[in-house]
Amino acid sequence: MRTLLLSAVVFVAVAGGASTSETGPNVFESSVPLTPDGQIDKLVFGKLKQLKIQPALCSDAVFVRRAYLDVIGTLPTAKEVREFLQDPDTKNKRRLLIDRLLEREEYADYWAMRWGDILRIKAEFPVNLWPNAAQAYHRWVRACLVENEPYDKFVREMLTSSGSNFRVGPVNFYRAIQNRTPEGIAGAVALTFMGTRTDNWPTNKLAGMTVFFSQISYKPTSEWKEEHVFWNPLGSNVVTASSVPGKPAIAAIAQPSNTVTQVSIPAPADNEPQRAIFPDGTKVKLSANKDPREVFADWLITPRNPWFTRSIVNRVWAWLMGRGIIHEPDDIRDDNPPSNPALLAYLEKEMTAGRYDMKRLMRLILNSKTYQFSAMPKVTTPEAEANFASYSLRRLDAEVLIDVINKITGAKDLYTSPIPEPFTYIPDDKPAVAIADGSITSPFLTLFGRTARATGMENERNNKPVPAQWLHLLNSTHIHRKIDQGPKMRTILDSGRKPQEIVEELYLTILSRFPTPDEAKTVDAYGQVQVIKSPPVRKDGKTIQQPDKTIVVKRRDDWVDIAWALINSTEFLHRH
Amino acid sequence: MRRGLYATAGLMVADRVGADAFAAVTQPASAATKAKAKSVIQVFLWGGMSHNDTWDPKPEAGYEYMGEFQKAIPTNVDGIQMGELFPALAKQADKFSLIRSMTHRNNGHETAAYLMQTGHTPGERLAYPSVGAVFALFKWPQYKGIIPPYVVMTQAQGRFSEEGFLGPKYKPFATGGDPNANRFEVEGVVARAITDDRQKNRRELLGKMNTMGNAMAASPQVAAAEESKKAAYDLILGKGKEVFDLSLEKPELRERYGRNTFGQECLAARRMVESGVPYVVINYPGGWDTHSNHFATMRRQCPNLDQGLATLLQDLKDRGLLETTIVWCAGEFGRGPKVDWQPPWNGGRNHYGNVFSVIVAGGGFKGGHVVGCSDAKGEEVKDRPVYPVDLLGSIYQLAGIDANAKLPHPLGAEAHVLPSAAEGVKSGGLLTEIM
Repeated sequence: MRTLLLSAVVFVAVAGGASTSETGPNVFESSVPLTPDGQIDKLVFGKLKQLKIQPALCSDAVFVRRAYLDVIGTLPTAKEVREFLQDPDTKNKRRLLIDRLLEREEYADYWAMRWGDILRIKAEFPVNLWPNAAQAYHRWVRACLVENEPYDKFVREMLTSSGSNFRVGPVNFYRAIQNRTPEGIAGAVALTFMGTRTDNWPTNKLAGMTVFFSQISYKPTSEWKEEHVFWNPLGSNVVTASSVPGKPAIAAIAQPSNTVTQVSIPAPADNEPQRAIFPDGTKVKLSANKDPREVFADWLITPRNPWFTRSIVNRVWAWLMGRGIIHEPDDIRDDNPPSNPALLAYLEKEMTAGRYDMKRLMRLILNSKTYQFSAMPKVTTPEAEANFASYSLRRLDAEVLIDVINKITGAKDLYTSPIPEPFTYIPDDKPAVAIADGSITSPFLTLFGRTARATGMENERNNKPVPAQWLHLLNSTHIHRKIDQGPKMRTILDSGRKPQEIVEELYLTILSRFPTPDEAKTVDAYGQVQVIKSPPVRKDGKTIQQPDKTIVVKRRDDWVDIAWALINSTEFLHRH
Repeated sequence: MRRGLYATAGLMVADRVGADAFAAVTQPASAATKAKAKSVIQVFLWGGMSHNDTWDPKPEAGYEYMGEFQKAIPTNVDGIQMGELFPALAKQADKFSLIRSMTHRNNGHETAAYLMQTGHTPGERLAYPSVGAVFALFKWPQYKGIIPPYVVMTQAQGRFSEEGFLGPKYKPFATGGDPNANRFEVEGVVARAITDDRQKNRRELLGKMNTMGNAMAASPQVAAAEESKKAAYDLILGKGKEVFDLSLEKPELRERYGRNTFGQECLAARRMVESGVPYVVINYPGGWDTHSNHFATMRRQCPNLDQGLATLLQDLKDRGLLETTIVWCAGEFGRGPKVDWQPPWNGGRNHYGNVFSVIVAGGGFKGGHVVGCSDAKGEEVKDRPVYPVDLLGSIYQLAGIDANAKLPHPLGAEAHVLPSAAEGVKSGGLLTEIM
């Protein structure tokens, strides 16, 4: 406790000493006056004014780190930080950085991971996509992100595709569901694309929607674990002669080990068109000539739909800001109102005007001053939080955390899947965010709360700290080895450069900023204190004893400890 | 207010996986309240220790069977004899019972170990968790300690003591290091080549350098992270680390346990049990797979086993812990009763699962009894066969774990702690005669 108090005092001193032209009262905030810039800011600042909260702008150093983590899921290199901080174009450099990051290759890897959580891309348990299909699904999602495919088209493809799970990536949406009954599918569609949980819907509302998904069938092929997803209006794959009722005969013969979840298909009454009800209450007669999934998709992806656009803009906002305007972002319902309805309406309008261009939406949010607020809360009331008064502090996601530790140390990790045999290993130069399949993992990822991709819910990922994680970060040989022996860390620690240069490089690499003068002093004082006896001096016939001098000598281990401390700092472990 | 390290983690797991998967974990209150055993120490004699040479001596069987160890010695219980290499344990016979009719008829290391650690038949569709992982699963919700609930010294035996389908959370915490070294380096707790002074210096340095953390100390997220970091440091620099610090014991007691790795593992196990750890495994350092050079190996290893185990029982008794601590000691099988005198064995013993011996003590197991017996040469069960389900079922019962409870299988498959009779698993009944 005493240490903490002392440190707080030190911090105040740092704040004073660290002021430069750009940084404000502390190294994390900007001295540039904060003025609203665009419609998002106008709407958010208006709310904050009502709450009497004066937000602060983050410093350039905070911004560069935040933007990299939020847009491409990794840290900038020391060189990239330097270039950004030293770029004199203060008026445009944040905007230009956002543009550059949105075009980086890592963008698709990072966002495919986010979508993989929501779309449940996992080979085994509990959705059982099987490895080939998980890869096909992920490949398709990633390709859409590379192409920046409009969101409405992205969703329509998932809802209406038919074909092999190994060849047609988007059909796996219908397979990546634990409960593959029409009700289960309707629930997954509502959660994923309408941001709403059907658990507390009235039964007839869900039943009406269920009809749209009652004619989907799955048919195995002679390829192990391959399955065709297709529209089957007559339930014709139900072979009555099969040994297992309702199970296709071909499965029993060709694939004894394949456990196909059989959808119970209500047989349509003789040529009578089925009646389905959209979640908004509109009734529709289904024609025998049109796949009802198409009918549903056409209803869903129009700008007039009350859930579709709202759900995606709120989700993207939450991904970038750490909190939805409707919170949680997959819990849209009448009695969970948005904290700022005008803001949500504005984003919806922009999304439809931009024809569901995802990068355009992100660019709009990222360029707002609201996104660029400091993470240091001025007020910690729930209202302040719900109205985005400060950037939301979040621990790095498990995959991002191990990736950035490996990036700054130059070390690698091994990711494997124990099921099914033969074991799956992936090349060790691949970052964790780029892992396609949620079944491929490592003890670190499990320990740090990576989502199990079982439910597709946002809150399945768990970034809450537990002591076992600290044991690992503070004291495991896994992390210690990376810091002590990682090839990139070695090039810094064993460079033979001047101590000041090493300190600067460590700060730029790990915290993406320069050290403050006081931090430099703290680092300077860490090491082995040596006393140097001063020889007595004879002056005017008297012997005068000079005071002894003390110097601090740094061994390599001391440098390792300094890097270790930076990696275990709040600033490193969080998005801020 | 602060929860123990693994207590928190355990709750977190339950939260994350969701109520469904863990619904089965709820125990009938009656079973839990009647439970006598709070902790288990399992000494796993991997490789398989000979029964003839140790706890089921057959002096009349002659040189062909008994080789160099033809003498049996009396114990402190009338009518019970042991092999000559166990003089210390012979003085503790009132504290443990001997099962001399353990059997599963399986002679493969991995399959037999799986049988002895899970009770389930190897080669079925599911890979069941070991008894330690099952303890971790059921005991975690109540466990408040800061050391993980399922610890193995010093290395896990691969698939012999693993988590099965329960998933990586239930892997045993392998300590690594050597408890007989000057410093027992426990992974994540006592770091290699990092002295306590350096640990303290680092922690202080981190406190000073944590500019953002210090500036935002009032933020709930930062406060929660600091709290859990403090709990971790309690283990690294405080009470938790002390559990592994054997230098806190009297040198005389350390000597009594034996200044060898196994002896000090027994001492470390006692310290863990004292601090509430539910399941501790000692994988016997070096193992017992004595195909050749058998008698020399026995002469070298048995005295350490004898001394460590005997002292452990006495020490637990002295501290009043034996009543609540099950100690069981067994290999995956025994070794061939007939010595292989021919080359290349030149006096060795082979894998043998038809009959072998097990020691059980404490936690509700009575001492001073012998369960079952083998035939004249130790080749077959003569009376009262004890199968793996009987042994494990008795341990579960004493610990208040329902052997019929459902285990949370990730694919939703029906899986229970132990197989039922309906599954065709052989059983000789629970060890009620010593419970």
